[in-house]
Amino acid sequence: MSETVLMKGNEAIAEAAILAGCRHYFGYPITPQTEVAAYMAKKMPKIGGTFLQAESEIAAINMVYGVASTGHPAMTSSSSPGISLKAEGISYLAGADLPALIINVQRGGPGLGGIQPSQSDYFLATRGPGHGDFHVLVFAPSSVQEMADLTGRALHLAWKYRMPAMLLADGTMGQMMEPVNLPEPSNAFGDDNPWAATGTEMKRPHNIITSLDLSPENLEKQNFERFERYKKIEESECLWEEYMMDDAEICIVACGITARVSRNAIVEARKQGIKVGMLRPITLWPFPKKALAAAADKVNAFLCVEMNMGQMKEDVELAIRCKKPVELCSRVGGMIPTPDEVLEHIRQIAEGGNKA
Amino acid sequence: MIVFEKPHALTDTVLHYCPGCTHGIVHRLVAEAIDELGIEGKTVGIAPVGCSVLAYNYFNCDMIEAAHGRAPAVATGVKRALPDNIVFAYQGDGDLASIGMCETVSTAARGENITVIFINNAIYGMTGGQMAPTSLIGQVTQTSPYGRDPKTQGYPIRVCELLATLDAPQYLERVTVNNVKNVRNAKRAIKKAFQNQIDGKGFSFIEVLSACPTNWGMTPQKALQWIDEAMIPQYPLGVFRDKEA
Repeated sequence: MSETVLMKGNEAIAEAAILAGCRHYFGYPITPQTEVAAYMAKKMPKIGGTFLQAESEIAAINMVYGVASTGHPAMTSSSSPGISLKAEGISYLAGADLPALIINVQRGGPGLGGIQPSQSDYFLATRGPGHGDFHVLVFAPSSVQEMADLTGRALHLAWKYRMPAMLLADGTMGQMMEPVNLPEPSNAFGDDNPWAATGTEMKRPHNIITSLDLSPENLEKQNFERFERYKKIEESECLWEEYMMDDAEICIVACGITARVSRNAIVEARKQGIKVGMLRPITLWPFPKKALAAAADKVNAFLCVEMNMGQMKEDVELAIRCKKPVELCSRVGGMIPTPDEVLEHIRQIAEGGNKA
Repeated sequence: MIVFEKPHALTDTVLHYCPGCTHGIVHRLVAEAIDELGIEGKTVGIAPVGCSVLAYNYFNCDMIEAAHGRAPAVATGVKRALPDNIVFAYQGDGDLASIGMCETVSTAARGENITVIFINNAIYGMTGGQMAPTSLIGQVTQTSPYGRDPKTQGYPIRVCELLATLDAPQYLERVTVNNVKNVRNAKRAIKKAFQNQIDGKGFSFIEVLSACPTNWGMTPQKALQWIDEAMIPQYPLGVFRDKEA
């Protein structure tokens, strides 16, 4: 760790991406992530990188596609409505097997929604943001430190597996300031990318970057191969954190800011003698299904704390095959659940009235 | 003695274009320019969505297939990452002037040092002949079956003239390939558009009035005449910007 600094979450993303070796950023202004672009606008010209304010979110993601095609790491950042616009480009990136980093600092929706924090793009991110059969790696940071750490990890894994990765932060994470240990500069991307479109130098057959294949047999084969890769990722890249789960009878599942709110509620519930813990998914795709299934053998009930109408709850129910009841504590539209609200849900579950 | 041969920058793949389509001629002119300038090894081309979607199979340089209308944005990304390489986008009228107009205008306004080849045949070819942003008034297409009516379908867009309102573009020219003289002139313009990029001069854009006999419902010969009779009056040939001149 090089130095500890006090930073806004959005700035930590930008600095971490630069430290991880990313030199190409394309974005379009939208609240609450504009600090990423502002940071890049200041920094990139001084280190020989690219900052370009694109004409639209659509153009920005396609500029990322262009850079990625050349075998260089590239990123864009936006917030929910802008991610809808990028969905086309993300699908093409996935179809062409290109690495890219997409930051989504979520705000309330649907539509223009609001500018306050939200987690309501969970489905959009985890089901594959765009048309066709595909996944993107999805990371859900819960601190400014994780904003930095997971940005670097997302870039490197996108590269390793040649697929888009999304840092899915809620607006709170983007705007809050915390001390952060910035990582050492690294560059794991390498210059030798035999697949990239860099010019043949008249030394090799031409490379073609495309998501088009008009032969259904070939296109099916590509989809099968991609999903073989996804299977390996599900086996090896799942991240989660367990908190007070050893003797827990109730398991909270929460990510991002709601995981932090839930921690406070857990501490208070424990004081009142309620055995509650938390399993916090850090990767949302791949989703920590096995860890949740294991927890289902130990606990009596689950409580999802989310800033959406229960999108992650569906994944929890699938992961545990509905073995145990899964309750929901949720606020939406930019509202954040309070520790007291979460505590009230915990108490109701503990008292056996699963009506939370 | 070899008097005529296929440019090296074209692959041996058989073109899928319809008989009488002028895409083949323009592909050849681009490839000749690449050969003559000796830039094949450092050129990256961007193919659009439309009839020339498979152009990536025809050019021997590295190729990227972009989403519909996004070729200039993709080209911008490539050029920013590889400023010493030569980057061109090859796009049709639906791609460039309808769904991708925002990318077209913005890339031109930034003066990106790239070359854009714009095939204007006043129709959507690949999807079977629908009205394009450049379809002429009265032109019958699948989606203007009674002829393009400006009251409900608006007027055709003159892209070179539109881009000529911007400060940044280095070079904007409209050419056609409907006879030998015009083909030779188109070759000169295309080569210049690549030379400008080599010289770091900025955004160069060549609009090529092209024939689509299949979707125009004409013989190839009649289609070439129709360029003279109907298209050139709407889209006059010539240089709309040349900062050198």
